[in-house]
Amino acid sequence: MTKSVAGELAGLKLPIERGCPFAPPTAYERLREQAPINKVRLTSGGEAWWMSGHEEGRAVLADPRFSSDKRKDGFPLFTLDAATLQQLRSQPPLMLGMDGAEHSAARRPVIGEFTVRRLAALRPRIQDIVDHFIDDMLAADERPVDLVQTLSLPVPSLVICELLGVPYTDHDFFQSRTTMMVRRTSLEDRQRAFAELRAYIDDLVTRKESEPGDDLFSRQIARQRQKGTLDHAGLVSLAFLLLTAGHETTANMISLGVVGLLSHPEQLALVKADPGRTPMAVEELLRYFAIADGVTSRVATEDVKIGGVSIKAGEGVIVSTLSANWDPAAFKDPAELDVERGARHHIAFGFGPHQCLGQNLARMELQIVFDTLFRRIPTLRLAAPAEDLPFKTDAVIYGVHELPVTW
Amino acid sequence: MMRIKADSDLCVGSGQCVLTEPAVFDQGDDGIVALLTDHPDDQSAAQARHAVTLCPSRALSILQE
Ligand code: SF4
Repeated sequence: MTKSVAGELAGLKLPIERGCPFAPPTAYERLREQAPINKVRLTSGGEAWWMSGHEEGRAVLADPRFSSDKRKDGFPLFTLDAATLQQLRSQPPLMLGMDGAEHSAARRPVIGEFTVRRLAALRPRIQDIVDHFIDDMLAADERPVDLVQTLSLPVPSLVICELLGVPYTDHDFFQSRTTMMVRRTSLEDRQRAFAELRAYIDDLVTRKESEPGDDLFSRQIARQRQKGTLDHAGLVSLAFLLLTAGHETTANMISLGVVGLLSHPEQLALVKADPGRTPMAVEELLRYFAIADGVTSRVATEDVKIGGVSIKAGEGVIVSTLSANWDPAAFKDPAELDVERGARHHIAFGFGPHQCLGQNLARMELQIVFDTLFRRIPTLRLAAPAEDLPFKTDAVIYGVHELPVTW
Repeated sequence: MMRIKADSDLCVGSGQCVLTEPAVFDQGDDGIVALLTDHPDDQSAAQARHAVTLCPSRALSILQE
């Protein structure tokens, strides 16, 4: 049985073309119906375990016997080619690719910046930012407007710039480089974008080292100096991660969330009737779209038994967060967008020690955007049929390239 | 009565627990979980139990029900 599934998915390439932009690829369902854990063949030629189930996926992600280090043999690099792998191996690892003690040492100093209380203090400023871009949108001479450019991208960009102390005037630069890096463009383009961004960030960190301000990097630098160290390369890696991971993902969720709500008017009506429902609606939208599907892959460092399946040391495992979020064992009628569903246990932000560092910032931005947008523009509607929108089937992170809206 | 334990060595500061039941869980300035009580009252018990299942690093456990 496993064999035929592997055959079916021969050439597995993420993102797999979706039949419907609002649902996982149909191959996911077929795989799950066969077993929560299956072996699949990758475009890169190797094989990996494909985790469909919510429980099994969480088990892998929380288990220290699975490594996040993409440089290790057997890691399922199904979105990367050999040349990119070479490049990857020559770079100092980001936090995402570290394990165990090395990972905690990199993550611990930063988590204090993202506590629930600290983020709550940013709420009024984020509200100002959202209002500002909606003012601009309302003042636009022409309709429809592209929500991606007017709201989805600028809000998280400005928020992350302020938090990190990056001049907002540079946002066009890093935004375009980040977009390039997650697109399925040519290897040269991705490499150039990566190198340019890395150089920019290196320079930024150097400036902060000599002229600290009131921002996250400056506080990290001060903290390291106190301990009598200054890990420049580590700071550059951290800066790189925070700058690239934070805004593109949130932007995609803003756009998709708006599409999701506008395409389910009865659900939107519930949210409009009581903003107290917005946090739950945000969880449901995160579950439903799981935009970073496939980013959470691992390689076993020992023989491990999960859900009755023996995974051997050196074998790759792909935890499909999208498949887990549509697992009917964890979410009843997963294909229904139900803003009143308790969906907090979705794994759109991953699970285990690598669970997204910026998740609560993202939650807050999404809540504020949805509340404010539908309150201030209650007649907002799509200016094109949802199915015809240019969905990002050409990128690692799911989203829409453009979102024409009118009111 | 329910008793809850938080392992600060395992905590990765995701704040899931604080979002779920702020009457029981808090985070220090360093982002690490701090229990406001290790005996959640009946009102908080269900949410505290939910927080245990949501914790990504398995830093929270229920010692006794
Ligand atoms: S949910 Fe777990 S990892 Fe997150 S802050 Fe609470 S104890 Fe720490």
